[in-house]
Amino acid sequence: MKEILLILPLLLPLITAVMLLALRRNPDRQRRLSAASAFLQLAAALMLAALVWRHGVCATTAGGWRAPFGIAIAADLFAASMVVVGGVIFLAVCLYSLGAIGRERETYGYHPLLHTLMLGVNGAFITGDIFNLYVWFEVMLISSFVLAALGGKREQLEGAVKYVALNLLSSTVFLIACGILYGVAGTLNMADLAVTLPGTQRPELIPVAAVLFVVAFGIKAGAFPLFFWLPASYHTLPSPVAALFAGLLTKVGVYSMVRVFTLVFIQDTALTHGLIAVMAVFTMAVGVLGAAAQYDFRRLLSFHIISQIGYMILALGLYTPAALAGGIFYILHHIVVKSNLFLIAGITRRYQGSYDLRRLGGFYADRWWLAVLFIVPAFSLAGLPPLSGFWAKFAVVRAALEARYFVAAGVAIAVGLLTLFSMTKVWSEVFWKPQPAAAAADGSGGKPKQDGPGIAWMVVPVALLAAVTLGIGFFPEPLYRYSLRAAGQLMDRAEYIRAVLEAAP
Amino acid sequence: MEILMAAVTGAIFGAGLYLMVRRSLVRLIFGLILMGHAANLAIFTVGGLVRDRAPVIPQGSDGISGAFADPLPQALILTAIVIGFGVQAFAIVLLERAARAAGTDDLDRMTTTDRT
Repeated sequence: MKEILLILPLLLPLITAVMLLALRRNPDRQRRLSAASAFLQLAAALMLAALVWRHGVCATTAGGWRAPFGIAIAADLFAASMVVVGGVIFLAVCLYSLGAIGRERETYGYHPLLHTLMLGVNGAFITGDIFNLYVWFEVMLISSFVLAALGGKREQLEGAVKYVALNLLSSTVFLIACGILYGVAGTLNMADLAVTLPGTQRPELIPVAAVLFVVAFGIKAGAFPLFFWLPASYHTLPSPVAALFAGLLTKVGVYSMVRVFTLVFIQDTALTHGLIAVMAVFTMAVGVLGAAAQYDFRRLLSFHIISQIGYMILALGLYTPAALAGGIFYILHHIVVKSNLFLIAGITRRYQGSYDLRRLGGFYADRWWLAVLFIVPAFSLAGLPPLSGFWAKFAVVRAALEARYFVAAGVAIAVGLLTLFSMTKVWSEVFWKPQPAAAAADGSGGKPKQDGPGIAWMVVPVALLAAVTLGIGFFPEPLYRYSLRAAGQLMDRAEYIRAVLEAAP
Repeated sequence: MEILMAAVTGAIFGAGLYLMVRRSLVRLIFGLILMGHAANLAIFTVGGLVRDRAPVIPQGSDGISGAFADPLPQALILTAIVIGFGVQAFAIVLLERAARAAGTDDLDRMTTTDRT
């Protein structure tokens, strides 16, 4: 039973993708199957999280071999929570796609690609083997490459070129790092690495591998100074795809960084975690300053992804239980909020035909409910109480102060204020000011589409995610307790290592 | 032998990086392919170069004594080659389409996505 629940997050998207491919001539059935499978995946993820909460770290190995020879699949509380929040976002995106994605993309395999993407994401979350992590990254990347290029407009293809080139480079760096790690330790099972690495014959190579991992995951996560592909590509994607990428894909990079730098590389924390903390401070500051200059709704949001990534890797850089708990809380809250903002940008575009803040306007007067739905994630992103972002920022900043990282804490608070500035800019441009007459009159800016049948599919997931944000905001205690226990598991590696190395094949 | 392999790997990395920072899309993809090859060679070398010692346990003994050619890095490289082949094939098609859509293969002129 335990093993089944562990591999369901992989099996469900795989089986669904195959079935969706078989149904490719029947888009209506594809849509129903895709949404139904997203429900099932969320349910399976919740069951996995409940299992891990009750019984501790769960692990199994593939192919009838014991670890470290068989490839390990392991879920601790952190991994399980990521699978759950990934399931929530995936469900929202699948429902939203029903209203937002046209026939053309569907016939080119949009739905199967979404599911193979989730296969890669879930695989990256629950694998216990570092080379296997590389393989799951590639599964995720190739699906995301095709999703990024699907549609073939000039802007989208240019964005895809930048996205593909930089992510291929990151994969190469990741691969070299894996090779060096194997040369040093003779194993690639992460739990086994944690045991064997301190006794290695060639300890001088460990920092080399560690820094290569920082670079590889830093590119994926969009950390300073490796983030340039992100604001050049995310705003060219169709809105549900952008929401899925913005919410989940960069966070897979952050997750892997946290996993590797709490489990494997903790010999020289002054170097590695210090480097990560410095990167984090610059990531926060540069991201938010970049956003201030933007007038494209989604480019602005893309820069905010970068600045928010800074908070998460700052938590890793601090490397205390309280900081990691804050970081986990931050990641979970942020995935929900950021995806929701991208979905809302898609709705404004649906109504007014543009992502340009200068051409949008008047939503507060015309559709006040959309303004309310925007306020929740926007102010949560900035960290206003009592929304979820406040508790996340509070936890990270307090941990920074306790660890005597005063500069980092100061920057974190200042970045929160600048984020608020950006969000009020969007508020006043898109929702408060009347839509410019020129934009409303000419065809490209303002052909307002009517509330067609599709729009309900787009609004429901947005409301759902806003409700989750409010729920975390008003009742942060259970999630924080969960994060604290997850952070405890990350800091005290014994439970994870024992679970993996003693897992029955 | 290790030193020679290290030099070769380094040279290929250098060539790949040089091609990647040029402005042409074709050079970009060749650069990425070269970097992938260099990474595979690096894994191969770092796993230890051993001649004429197959990883086969002789009959009647419990294990192999001394150095032997480790098959695992080769399995890693095989996986990486297959994945790399698929991804690079996709990248070539994507770059071709992008060049056609943009009407240029000059990366410095592909700036539609960077304007504010």
